[in-house]
Amino acid sequence: MAEFRLPPNSRITRGKVFKAPEGARNVRSFVVYRYDPDSGENPRLDTYEVDMDSCGPMVLDALIKIKNEVDSTLTFRRSCREGICGSCAMNIDGTNTLACTKATSDVSKDVKIYPLPHMPVVKDLVPDLTQFYAQYASIKPWLQSSTPPPPDHERLQTKEDQAKIDEPSACILCACCSTSCPSYWWNSDRYLGPAALLQAYRWIVDSRDDATGQRLDDLEDPFRLYRCHTIMNCTRTCPKGLNPARAIAEVKKMLSDRQH
Amino acid sequence: MSLKSPLGKVLGTGSAKNGTGHWWSQRVTAVGLVFLGLWFAAELICLDSFDYQSMTVFLSSPYNAVLLILLVGTLMYHSMLGVQVVIEDYVHHGSLKVVSLMLIKFAHVLAGALGVFSVLRVGFGA
Repeated sequence: MAEFRLPPNSRITRGKVFKAPEGARNVRSFVVYRYDPDSGENPRLDTYEVDMDSCGPMVLDALIKIKNEVDSTLTFRRSCREGICGSCAMNIDGTNTLACTKATSDVSKDVKIYPLPHMPVVKDLVPDLTQFYAQYASIKPWLQSSTPPPPDHERLQTKEDQAKIDEPSACILCACCSTSCPSYWWNSDRYLGPAALLQAYRWIVDSRDDATGQRLDDLEDPFRLYRCHTIMNCTRTCPKGLNPARAIAEVKKMLSDRQH
Repeated sequence: MSLKSPLGKVLGTGSAKNGTGHWWSQRVTAVGLVFLGLWFAAELICLDSFDYQSMTVFLSSPYNAVLLILLVGTLMYHSMLGVQVVIEDYVHHGSLKVVSLMLIKFAHVLAGALGVFSVLRVGFGA
């Protein structure tokens, strides 16, 4: 059944407050979800006051500053700090986004930071994405072609055909969209979620791929694809400005078109 | 606890290879309901009174009776498809899900049959 309350061991308690250093003038509060599976304690919300005069503009800058200077136990993923690796996806100010491209100044009050919603938490802001990656692998995200490649050059595409995969290829698999989707929250064991479906679409419309029919067959399922109820959270939250909802709608149209 | 691989879990029992029919039927009935709903609303606005006598006159027209029967049928079918999705979304316990899916089908067919019978009964003035 759908769960309307968190399980008892996941309910969030109030945590510690780390005051800003004396003399700080431009102070912002970061309220951060903390969970340590080894402690056996419930998750808590710690508050860190940060002097923004000595901190970079992005939320990730503040998290790194907190980890370096205030509390080295704070755990989060990060790598490229420029919105291309997708590691620092988290829920900031109520919206899934990348900490490295979200400016602290875009948040009006306390900056509330949680891990991506409805995923198992490994520690603090680090979610377990094992199932998410398995869903991506399940759509066979590689070129499948029975046509031998030309001996002396690449498999060619027209500019129009390339344009069809430009946008879906820009997905960085940060999981912001899938973990913002209520349908994915309730049925992620069977629903593939917007990120995997956007990538399925990317290969379905690839003019060089010969497995289009097989790919559509694999998606034609009441749960894998049709759990999408066009809620549109995926498109609204995508930090890269992509449109997974439209890609899913296109796949539904293709499945309908091949029957009529 | 299961030691099945994450990919094996996701692939599960494979694609059911359906769902498109359900999706298409829901859209066809939705479009049908727009037209039938507008017609029914317009007719109700034009009616002077809602007593049994005037409804008998209204439904004695074959045109009105047939369209109202279509409205009842389309509405029940559309509603059945929608409630089925709600149950699939939220009810995950195996036997409870199967029983709920059966019950909502029975309930919608029963409500539809009652509706059609009522229209015919009033229309034929029994």
